[in-house]
Amino acid sequence: MKQYSMKLITIVTESVLEHHLEDDLDKLGIHGYTIVDARGKGSEGMRDDFWSNQGNIRIEIVCDEKTSDTVTEFLYKHYYSDYAMMLYISDVSVLRSKKF
Amino acid sequence: MAIDPVVLFFILGLSAGLMRAEMRLPSAIYEFLSVILLIAIGLKGGIELSKQPFIDLLPDISVVLVMGFILPLLAFPILYYLGRFKKADAASIAGHYGSVSVGTYAVAASYLTSLGITYEAHMPLFLVVLEIPAIIVAIVLVRGISKHTKWGQLSHEIFLGKSIVLLIGGLLIGWIAGEEGIKSISGMFFDPFKGVLALFLLEMGLIAASQVGALKRYGFFLLGFGIIFPIISSVVGISAGLFLDLSIGGAVMLATLAASASYIAVPAAMRIALPESSPTLSLTASLGVTFPFNIILGVPLYHQIATALY
Repeated sequence: MKQYSMKLITIVTESVLEHHLEDDLDKLGIHGYTIVDARGKGSEGMRDDFWSNQGNIRIEIVCDEKTSDTVTEFLYKHYYSDYAMMLYISDVSVLRSKKF
Repeated sequence: MAIDPVVLFFILGLSAGLMRAEMRLPSAIYEFLSVILLIAIGLKGGIELSKQPFIDLLPDISVVLVMGFILPLLAFPILYYLGRFKKADAASIAGHYGSVSVGTYAVAASYLTSLGITYEAHMPLFLVVLEIPAIIVAIVLVRGISKHTKWGQLSHEIFLGKSIVLLIGGLLIGWIAGEEGIKSISGMFFDPFKGVLALFLLEMGLIAASQVGALKRYGFFLLGFGIIFPIISSVVGISAGLFLDLSIGGAVMLATLAASASYIAVPAAMRIALPESSPTLSLTASLGVTFPFNIILGVPLYHQIATALY
């Protein structure tokens, strides 16, 4: 079966940003993503889901390389300095390129 | 005097957390308990509103509103000049301490009820009124009246936060339905209030214990501030109570509101409005120091101060 190369952006950040990021992603032309609650430890210390606004979320976005550049640049510029945020980009293969 | 059992539940949570016991309420249960507390408090205030015209309460509300602006303005210079915190951090902590904690309010209400002391039934209105001003003060202290502050987005964050929506929603429902109407649901919200509060405080004890590690990092100033500033605030609250001619129970409630520090509404607003301020700093002070202090020692202390001043 034919496979298509895409980029997977994984973002781990503060759950307080969830709705703001959803708005941003919409504006950047991202039509699909997956968000899950996350917990772990990093430079900002232990992040736990004591209540909804102190926990972490993990967002996964699959898109083409050009969109991936736009998204990561936007997030770096707007959120990296003041929020607990990290992201990484990986190469993935998908079955239906039109979906993204 | 016997200790209120709800306080013992808090101490249980705190001790279990400090000893790293394997215990945690599922977060959905914690959310549910806080929803019941918020609605119950709102409903109680709403029932009172249905009995007396809102307009009669406006002078009281204005005085409490002014207090909400004064408290963070008192806290800020202490944190900025004495504590040498960064401006944004000082403002954010001041915002937390100017605002209120519903959990602390509920404990004070339970404390007074168990002693048979009555207080003005419109107190939940003051709780709502005091949530907001400190947030505005904190933002203006750092940004000034800047065009860059997105007030629209921010007011969404402030007014549509869980605690405000449920408190005001409860107030409105209580107001519209009145005392008779609410009787049909009192089995859900009023009768189990103390049991719900006990479980809520058990989890809050666990959460407070988890802040202790961070407290070690930030040192003694924050510990001292988290205890001494609430006592100063309580005197401001009692003075406002005297000025408004409230009953002694009312003055204790107002003192507790003044002394309590926010840990839900303000942290969320500060993350959006002043993202450069450290969220752990203010949460450590408000949850790790002030909340336990108020629950265990503060409320009875404010009662004593009020008795001395009345």
